[in-house]
Amino acid sequence: MFYDIVIVGGGLAGLRAAIAAHDAGVESVAVISKIHPVRSHSGAAQGGINAALGNHPEGHDDSPERHAYDTIKGSDFLADQDAVEIMTADAPRIIYELEHWGCPFSRFEDGSIAQRPFGGAGFPRTCYGADRTGLYILHTLYEQVVKRNIEVLYERFVTKLAVRDLHCAGVVVQNLHSGEFEAIGAKTVIFATGGSGRVYSVNTTNSHSSTGLGVAIPYWAGIPLKDMEFIQFHPTGLDGSSILMTEGCRGEGGYLLNNKGERFMKNYVSEKIMELGPRDIVARSMQTEINEGRGFEDRYLQLDLRHLGAEKIMERLPGIRDIAMNFRNVDPIKEPIPVHPAMHYTMGGIDCDKNGQTVIDGFYAAGECACVSVHGSNRLGGNSLLETVVFGARAGKHAAGQVEGMSSTPDEEALNSALKAEKDRFKMLRETDGTENPYDIKNELARIMMDKIGIFRSQTDMESAVDEIKRLRERYEHIRAIPDTGKFNYDFLWVTEIAGNIDTALAIASGAAARTESRGSHFHLEHKKRNDEEWLKHSMYTFKDGAPEISYKSVTVGKYEPEERKY
Amino acid sequence: MAIFKVFRYNPESYEIARFQEYEIPDTESMTVLEGLYYILENIDPTLAFRSSCREGVCGSCAMHINGEYRLACETQVSDMGHNVTIRPLAHMKIIRDLVVDLTPFFDNYEKIKPYLINSGPVPDKEFKQSPKERKRIDHHVDCILCGACYGSCPVLATDSAYLGPHALLKVLRFVDDSRDDAAYERLAYVATDYGIFRCHTIFNCQQVCPKDLDPTGAIGKLKMKAVKGKLLGKLKKTGT
Repeated sequence: MFYDIVIVGGGLAGLRAAIAAHDAGVESVAVISKIHPVRSHSGAAQGGINAALGNHPEGHDDSPERHAYDTIKGSDFLADQDAVEIMTADAPRIIYELEHWGCPFSRFEDGSIAQRPFGGAGFPRTCYGADRTGLYILHTLYEQVVKRNIEVLYERFVTKLAVRDLHCAGVVVQNLHSGEFEAIGAKTVIFATGGSGRVYSVNTTNSHSSTGLGVAIPYWAGIPLKDMEFIQFHPTGLDGSSILMTEGCRGEGGYLLNNKGERFMKNYVSEKIMELGPRDIVARSMQTEINEGRGFEDRYLQLDLRHLGAEKIMERLPGIRDIAMNFRNVDPIKEPIPVHPAMHYTMGGIDCDKNGQTVIDGFYAAGECACVSVHGSNRLGGNSLLETVVFGARAGKHAAGQVEGMSSTPDEEALNSALKAEKDRFKMLRETDGTENPYDIKNELARIMMDKIGIFRSQTDMESAVDEIKRLRERYEHIRAIPDTGKFNYDFLWVTEIAGNIDTALAIASGAAARTESRGSHFHLEHKKRNDEEWLKHSMYTFKDGAPEISYKSVTVGKYEPEERKY
Repeated sequence: MAIFKVFRYNPESYEIARFQEYEIPDTESMTVLEGLYYILENIDPTLAFRSSCREGVCGSCAMHINGEYRLACETQVSDMGHNVTIRPLAHMKIIRDLVVDLTPFFDNYEKIKPYLINSGPVPDKEFKQSPKERKRIDHHVDCILCGACYGSCPVLATDSAYLGPHALLKVLRFVDDSRDDAAYERLAYVATDYGIFRCHTIFNCQQVCPKDLDPTGAIGKLKMKAVKGKLLGKLKKTGT
């Protein structure tokens, strides 16, 4: 198999990249995913997607410039300002395009796309479809892929990149339907594999599929990662399962309450902002309340929607009500929802530029697995969906512009060598006489990450996390053998994912331990202030001898000089 | 403690399909999906089942649980009385254990042109759609393509040419969308013996839908619209 462009991942970024590549005239495009595209975790996004459309009565003065400023301030000035400006300028066009393709956004009375307030934003600019915005955009994009007859190879599990002489020749997959390993050659590979939340196991809003392997595979192949220490904790994960309770709950007017019944956010931000602070600040405030004994069962706080009334809850937040009832036996119309902060988003990822290009020729990244960077050290709600479609489209289009001049002969040597490596690894995993349960390692890893690389981080904790993860890495060498089930060998799949979990986690922990300042989502207990003089720079991670080698890269500062971040 | 009886079958080996029993030390709030993961991670790594979001939105884990098609992630073990019997979705070839071949399911979905068709000029901004117009496609747009309706449909048990409740619900989603102008073309395509008129109005799909959608009602509405279109002379050749 050989394609002009192979896209790995069928969520928003991947599908949008495929459509862009196809529409730029490339016929030979394939989307490869370990799950069917409509199963992608983009579909679980709820609250909305940002664009300065100015449809909201209070949003008439909004503009892409204001959107850019809010995003840069939200990022604690670590975002590259030129990339942010591209994203916010392109936002209205790309939202209208989704709407023209049939995306069922909610509507204002005048028939325009409805918008709601979100955290850290100066205007209500988050376009939404009830609380199922991700589901609607994902299905709309998949519909456009069907319309264009773009090839989709689903349940193909990518395990390795074929790279030679700084050029990417394709990928190796295990075809779950046959159990066979296959090399898929490509002039260009675009990774759009999503987030790494499962590094924190059940303490994340992310799906089982969001493991970090999509970040680890290029990292293993020599492509640097960037800003991995910045992990977003969403303020409102449902108690128990950590399922996302959208920021839209607060955007629609929901309150956060402690065990004294207080709207405690007034003690942390201005009364004008209250619950709609940016996520890093709200999550820290909540964790402080819990740590200081003002939580419930020392574990959670309350998200109170009751005053919104049944009608508004049913119309704007029906999915939230379903989830709260199904998974926590709480009806938000009658009772507050128990919530706590939960790992939600990886601001960092595969280092790439504004077109998704990386240091390896023929290899691109887009979406949550990528780090352009537009989110810096803290992403604003509603900007992740925007990033996927804007930069997915840019990567697809840019890659399409490059394929003509590229060789149409597959690099058989690189592909065969990568294929052989994967077959050998499988054989080794089949025949090993180890005894460790790989899932114990996964759970232990999640405990370390939650306890030591959480919302508040101390130097001792972070350094011990690095040591402990290194020990887990050694234990992984001694895992028990996997079964040979032929088709749909999920044990092999998850065991491979765990290898990705470990090295992604090691990068996160090492970068966190190295950064002796507090910025955005990274709060260092011994260095509580931001330190622009020493740390206004991106962390870069290169995989070397089983561990990350950390270096730094400058931030593109534009017209917005870093200032103290106040809300 | 809970007992899981899980359907096991690998067509490639010469074993007979069987139920395998597993004992699970469950907790009060364990879902059936979490139970399956417990088995995979601690008891039997050969068990195959699909899953992803674990919150009822990706549609991966639709299966037959204690007599009904449900999402494993949304089903509490305690609600099943701590005795859980799991089979794969019906009417599709079993690949292994709880994993079925969804090809006919997605093929039928693709046949109905599941995308907005609007031949008019594209506006600079959005197509205007009033909240009332948008409300007409409420619910229809919430389908997660999990396949529970497909598995429950007795017509599909004997006739795989039938488009199925998921595909027909999607047809109404576009017919009812004020921005779509291909309603009669869509109705003509489904007003056939393998489309809406193949539905016997048994209501299984409505009963099992994990998202509380109503494919049976949608098919009923399509039938009315098709008959009306035919009487008004707007519905030309059907089945094309």
